[in-house]
Amino acid sequence: MADLESQLLQALNEKECIADSGDFAKSQGVDHMAVVGVIRSLQASEMIVAEDIDHFRYALTEESQTYLTAGSPEAQVFAAVGPDGITLAELKVKVPGEAGDVGFKQAMQQKWLALDKSGGEPRVVRKVDSIVDSTQALLADIAAGKEVPKADAENLAKKRKLIKPEQWKTYKLTKGAKFALERKKPATDLTFDMLAKGTWRTQEFKDYNFNALGVLPAGGHLHPLLKVRTQFRKIFTQMGFEEMPTNQYVESSFWNFDALFQPQQHPARDAHDTFFLTKPAATPSDRGVPADYLQRVQEVHEVGGYGSAGYGYSWKLAEAEKNLLRTHTTAVSSRMLYRLANQPGGFKPAKYFSIDRVFRNEAVDRTHLAEFHQVEGLVCDRGLTLGDLIGVLQQFFSRLGLKKLRFKPAFNPYTEPSMEIFSYSEQLGKWMEVGNSGMFRPEMLRPMGLPEDVNVIAWGLSLERPTMILYGIDNIRDLFGHKVSLSMVRRNPICRLGL
Amino acid sequence: MPTVGVNRDKLFEKLGRVYTDEEFDQLCFEYGIELDDVTSEKEMLRKELASAMAKGGDNKLAAEAAAASEEVIYKIDIPANRYDMLCVEGIARALNIFRGTQKAPEYRLADMAGKPLQQMVVKAETALVRPFVVCAVLRGVTFDAARYNSFIDLQDKLHQNLCRQRTLVAIGTHDLAKVQGPFTYEALPPEEIKFVPLKQTREFNAKELMQYYLDNDQKLKKFVPIIHNSVVYPVIYDANRTVLSLPPIINGQHSAISLETKDVFIECTATDLTKAKVVLNTVVTMFSEYCSQPFTVEPVEVTDAFGVKTAYPDLSCRRLDLTTDYVNSLLGTELPPPDIATLLNKMQVTATLGSDGKALSVSVPPTRSDILHACDVAEDVAIAHGYNNIATRIPPTATQGRELPLNQVTELLRGELAMAGFTEVLTWALVSRAENFDSLRRPDDGATAVEIGNPATAEFEVCRSSLLSSALKTLGANKENALPIKLFEVSDAILLDPSVSVGARNERRLIAVYCAKESGFEVVHGLLNRAMEVLGVPYRDEPGAASAPVSYHWAPSADPALFPGRQAAVYASTCPDKPVGVFGIVHPEVLAAFELPYPVSALELNIEPFVFDQFYQSKLEPLSN
Repeated sequence: MADLESQLLQALNEKECIADSGDFAKSQGVDHMAVVGVIRSLQASEMIVAEDIDHFRYALTEESQTYLTAGSPEAQVFAAVGPDGITLAELKVKVPGEAGDVGFKQAMQQKWLALDKSGGEPRVVRKVDSIVDSTQALLADIAAGKEVPKADAENLAKKRKLIKPEQWKTYKLTKGAKFALERKKPATDLTFDMLAKGTWRTQEFKDYNFNALGVLPAGGHLHPLLKVRTQFRKIFTQMGFEEMPTNQYVESSFWNFDALFQPQQHPARDAHDTFFLTKPAATPSDRGVPADYLQRVQEVHEVGGYGSAGYGYSWKLAEAEKNLLRTHTTAVSSRMLYRLANQPGGFKPAKYFSIDRVFRNEAVDRTHLAEFHQVEGLVCDRGLTLGDLIGVLQQFFSRLGLKKLRFKPAFNPYTEPSMEIFSYSEQLGKWMEVGNSGMFRPEMLRPMGLPEDVNVIAWGLSLERPTMILYGIDNIRDLFGHKVSLSMVRRNPICRLGL
Repeated sequence: MPTVGVNRDKLFEKLGRVYTDEEFDQLCFEYGIELDDVTSEKEMLRKELASAMAKGGDNKLAAEAAAASEEVIYKIDIPANRYDMLCVEGIARALNIFRGTQKAPEYRLADMAGKPLQQMVVKAETALVRPFVVCAVLRGVTFDAARYNSFIDLQDKLHQNLCRQRTLVAIGTHDLAKVQGPFTYEALPPEEIKFVPLKQTREFNAKELMQYYLDNDQKLKKFVPIIHNSVVYPVIYDANRTVLSLPPIINGQHSAISLETKDVFIECTATDLTKAKVVLNTVVTMFSEYCSQPFTVEPVEVTDAFGVKTAYPDLSCRRLDLTTDYVNSLLGTELPPPDIATLLNKMQVTATLGSDGKALSVSVPPTRSDILHACDVAEDVAIAHGYNNIATRIPPTATQGRELPLNQVTELLRGELAMAGFTEVLTWALVSRAENFDSLRRPDDGATAVEIGNPATAEFEVCRSSLLSSALKTLGANKENALPIKLFEVSDAILLDPSVSVGARNERRLIAVYCAKESGFEVVHGLLNRAMEVLGVPYRDEPGAASAPVSYHWAPSADPALFPGRQAAVYASTCPDKPVGVFGIVHPEVLAAFELPYPVSALELNIEPFVFDQFYQSKLEPLSN
């Protein structure tokens, strides 16, 4: 190929013009198509200019090739008939197939033969003694590339279908703008070979297509919600918070509700809102809850104490023993606060956080799932105030980039005061609720045995909502669950919360 | 959180001024209620009509919508503990007092000196079904259409919320002029109770009435189960054996109130006496506003089954003693004590300062049943002062930040798995029983999975005891992705465990699946080796592994979820009896169950045995034992 290319360039250089690439191919003893390949490539490099030359000729069909030697069908039939004539049946045997039929018909038309019906079975007999096979002669001329009369050629092509038309192109070649005797093919890439041989110094490199994307790396990807979780965990730990062991979805109603001073008739304790379990159905109260604490919780619900009036209803142990899938991670907070109050060495201040799943018995739709991630933070110390809560919330939310906050009075069974947290969204031009907060009620803390001057400030939010806003996802099922799109998981940026 | 719809103009009339929506929204925000929606009756009916049309049309509704009022309605969200704000009267009163345009009313019992009280006598049998009743009378009430509707709506709202769909308390209101005391609260076999119920023209006995409601009444049928199975039904009679009501289902037609009613007899039957008193107080404090002597309520004497007589309602103010220091120390404020007392007045709470200038004697009116403790009083001070006016402080609490080791290892491992070319998914812990067992060809031995008793959808019957089904479901939902698909998740499986107090525990696991035209068995095997490498756990047959504190190996296994002969269980030297994981080619029948056309290999590994520090000390810190 390279040879052919240089031969062609050489020839062109000598003669300034190659009149017909077909002739050039013949002179080189190669197929014309090989030359076409070289022409195209040189043309693309503007080294030569090619002008089309259209060609036309007739060629023999496969069938008519055989007539060059065996004679045309009519000649074959004439020969087979012989001077004595033969029956039609005998003729069919001697010249079988199409050649026999066509040959007989042609010979009859030419009046070379006749059908003698005089004696019994008809016989084919010669009408002339000898013939000239002009069809064969024509075919031979065409095969040899000689001109034949147009009428003859058309008769052979259209009526007898013994020849077919053929069209092809060859090229007239002249020098192009970038003509050179030798061409340097630009490389697409720097290779080991070039480095080893040092050819990279002289090698011309093909222009890189800077409009295309590169090849994506083949590595794995982290899920966006968990990327956000990672950043929240960092913010909490940087603020000095310790992570709570939330890896326990099954919880007793006691720790999920009763310990939080949530009355047993509270709507959240309805089967409509909470997944209650048939297996394990209950946590016996003598497992994990000291009897004296249990007693204090019952009393504070029924008749109050610690300065509270209580709810004034008949508290049922069986209701507290019912197992459920925790409805909030505050169930874990209540266990941790009890532990804090009763640890060896007595109470020590603590800051806790958790981010884990909670469960609600809700129908799944665009904005609701039966399970979602709750982010929770709490500070437990002596003398904490509502001002401390607002302060820590401003610190926390400013790390999330939410610097403009305001607080709305709210109700929550286990916090008082309670505040809904609103943040002003510059993008949307409105205030949006971003979380809930409050100070745990004394009816929750005092029965645990926490000292009287100890207050707990706490807040919570869902992990899904900020993630959906950050990553522009409007259907929660696209984020969490098996119907998530893997391309969504692959194509999302790092989470910059906390920067 | 209950939502109350109030006529905007009526509300503004009561507030004595007109607000823009924005101004009113701001006022709500400060008080802790929320202007949820601005609409009209016409608008609401139009929406209802649109959804009815979608379901096949409703001509009656269309006519109603056309005739409906275009007056603006404010939908206001009320905190779940402020029962006194479930009607326009209560909202206006609370906001007027908050803005200082109205003094908190003093709710009084009528002076009954020399006059007999209405009597309600409770029969012992009521203890079998609904033991309590409390009553009151509102005298000389002036109703108009708006007031009458508000009166009915308040009862509805209370029934839905505090009364827990009438299970705890049910309210009956009657035209006192049409009945004759003394009244009796009884419990009788249903067949013996015969009366014409509200909105009916013929007499029913209680048994047939329950069936009638079950068959014909969408609204009332949901209350029928509260008493349906009881051998006796509660019933209130007057002196002439006229049925006032069949609580908690329906009142009698005879004593129905109307716009012309002047004297209203109110009875609240209950299974919870405290709540019955709160409900009664809420109704009478709100609507005594329209009595001839405003805010004055006539008591009714209730004689319980033991003959003990008690007059209701109890409108006395509860006294709470606290100090201004407590309030300031809880809020982080330095409000002067007199200011605190003044602020509390804005919240309907009367506060008197003691002689030391710090003791605060607080008088909680019957409308504020939500105030249980001094902290509730402090919150009211904060609301009246304005949450957003409170000086902030960063808590001085000095503590050390710390991640839970289990979660820290999880975080580190997740990164390594993504680096190994696997993509993270996040799937639900709740699955169907079939997904957890049958589809995986794993038998349900009844001692494995946590079972949910009341799932709203069949998708969530059990907690997954293996992460495999979730990963296969995710593959099934992502079949159009280019192969191979490599997924992982590090999350919790939930297992029944009688040794834990709650009877179940979470187990942190790694699941990884490989899906391609060939099974990829070696790929998941390699991932196991890599995971162990990054966890610092050597393979048992490696040089030096014998002396390592922990090592692992694998051996052929027989998990029905996996293909025979192409699976192995993983063992850790620290817990040699039980495998810590399994890997293999997923069984073709399992693939078919999850509608997966391609072969899949999976690895599931409990990582908890490998949550240790650099000295191989376990760092598992379970919440409960």
